[in-house]
Amino acid sequence: MLELIHDNINDLVSVLLFVIGFADLLFQKNMIKKIIGLNIMDTAVYLLLASQGYIAGRTAPIVVDGITSTEAYINPIPSGLVLTGIVVSVSVTALMLSMTIRMYKKYHSLDLDYCLLKSREE
Amino acid sequence: MEFIKNFPFFSIMLGMFSAIVSSVLGAKAAKYVARTALFIIMVLSGVLLWYTYAQGGGSYVFIMGHFPAPWGNEIRGGSLEALFAVFVSFIAFFCVIGGSKAVESDIEEKKQSLFYILVMLMTSSLIAMCYTNDLFTGYVFIEINTIAGCGLIMIRQTGKSIVTAVRYMVISLMGSGLFLIGVTMLYTITGHLLMSPIQETVRELAATGDYSTQLTIIIGLMTVGLAIKSGLFPFHMWIPDAYGQSNVVSSCLLSSVVSKGYIFLLIKIYFRTLGFDIVKDSGVLEVVFIFGIAGIIIGSLMALREKSLRRMIAYSSIAQIGYVYMGIGLGSLAGVAAAIFHILAHGVTKSLLFLSSAEFTDGSHARRIESLKGEASQHKASALSYAIGAFSITGFPLLAGFVSKLLLGGAAIGLRTRQWFALIALAISTILNAFYFLRTVVFMFIAPSEEHDAEIDIEKGPEKFVSIINVRNPLYDLALLALIAVNFILGLFSGPIIDVINEGLGLFS
Repeated sequence: MLELIHDNINDLVSVLLFVIGFADLLFQKNMIKKIIGLNIMDTAVYLLLASQGYIAGRTAPIVVDGITSTEAYINPIPSGLVLTGIVVSVSVTALMLSMTIRMYKKYHSLDLDYCLLKSREE
Repeated sequence: MEFIKNFPFFSIMLGMFSAIVSSVLGAKAAKYVARTALFIIMVLSGVLLWYTYAQGGGSYVFIMGHFPAPWGNEIRGGSLEALFAVFVSFIAFFCVIGGSKAVESDIEEKKQSLFYILVMLMTSSLIAMCYTNDLFTGYVFIEINTIAGCGLIMIRQTGKSIVTAVRYMVISLMGSGLFLIGVTMLYTITGHLLMSPIQETVRELAATGDYSTQLTIIIGLMTVGLAIKSGLFPFHMWIPDAYGQSNVVSSCLLSSVVSKGYIFLLIKIYFRTLGFDIVKDSGVLEVVFIFGIAGIIIGSLMALREKSLRRMIAYSSIAQIGYVYMGIGLGSLAGVAAAIFHILAHGVTKSLLFLSSAEFTDGSHARRIESLKGEASQHKASALSYAIGAFSITGFPLLAGFVSKLLLGGAAIGLRTRQWFALIALAISTILNAFYFLRTVVFMFIAPSEEHDAEIDIEKGPEKFVSIINVRNPLYDLALLALIAVNFILGLFSGPIIDVINEGLGLFS
């Protein structure tokens, strides 16, 4: 059992983080906490991706010493996906934050439920 | 003829570039750029449909930038993709030209070019989602589409629309998070991101029985993720606000094409990536079926209770999304074909309803159904179009809604337990549809009685309804006419379209 946990520690941690982030995004009322949850959730996926692409003892696939054997390098595709994912999550986070500012200016609160109630009253 | 194979790429790029160009243009120029680009995309997709279906071009894989499989990105063109692209660009084009006056009166002049950027981003990301052969590209375009959809909701900049956009964003991001982790897990067990190699590996895994639990989880994650984004029943809370508060063009686009794009991607993933038989064995489709039926019933009941016209049409969208998922959940090719036909029929009908209801709404986009009395005498064209849309969605013969209900019912027959659930749900929802839609049509066409008006005035306060927005112009009438015409075409000549769908689904696997 311990060995299983030890072998899959990256997967376990990333799934745990994903669940924490997902629950934050769903259940927190405060917008900032929601956005933090969103970032935890995305980061968990990137941890999973990056750890799947990593092979212990190998280096990043940049040829410097003239070693061209594929045995020496890790799989670069997951790293590329992580980069793409980071770009997506940065833009989404920026958009969410700017909308939160708009909402705060209008209702003077970060609480989404309160703002929803206020907007229904209009 | 080989040149036509480039058209999917051209459509995506044209949409993206016109969005970028619009950012430095004024409102008027951006409007014309968007119209021209949408028209060209529509023509290009139509030519591709003609090439792949009528000319027997079949389906093909287009390699982006001439980098072969494991490194490069791929697009897949086929008759079904072309049909969906024609559908998306058709709806977007006619909503944009028809709603141009509504856009002008709803949105500040400075923000209007931003609106057209969002429309173009939405269209091109939908078309990219439909043509892509790569799961991660699919994810990126899902996010672009979400951002564009969020902008479309909050472009009116009232407090309500900002809160609605925030809620839409939160729910959509949960969906895309689940989809992303599904893609990641699929990548870790198969080692591919392109759809066809994944399918080969998944078939090998299914044959040996390895990773069967993981496969079920992956199918579940992707299905739930995309179902959340398209607004299937337990995740429908944002729909009435989003469609009811936003600008009329945004409502048309969000309800008719944006939510449908996710469903199309889901169908593509089922057939091209995982294999429909493997999805069927996983048991996920049963869950989809149950929630689809629950969506149909709950959506119809909520629409029946709703007092505001725009929100009622929005609630009916929840029921219609339920129909589509019920068709997929039937687990047969006929069911999925019926679901795709319903996507087309509902898209055409719902945009007709939203566009024609634009003339009955005021600046806050709220209008009580009781106050509609006698509207038909003032707004003849839109009242008539609204009536045709209402008849179609209820399922009157000659119209698109009838054929799609017939197909869904026909696909359900012979499936033991599921057929009873599906047929009873269809029957109940048709009755409820008739209640709530025909009620509004009847209200429009009866003359207002003096006493009743007085009663409402006391309830609602002294202010009587004054139509602030004048959305009529020749293009508005043209758009309504085109949507009505396509409604009749889908209803009367459904044969060739069903052929295209069946052939395209056959080529998917």
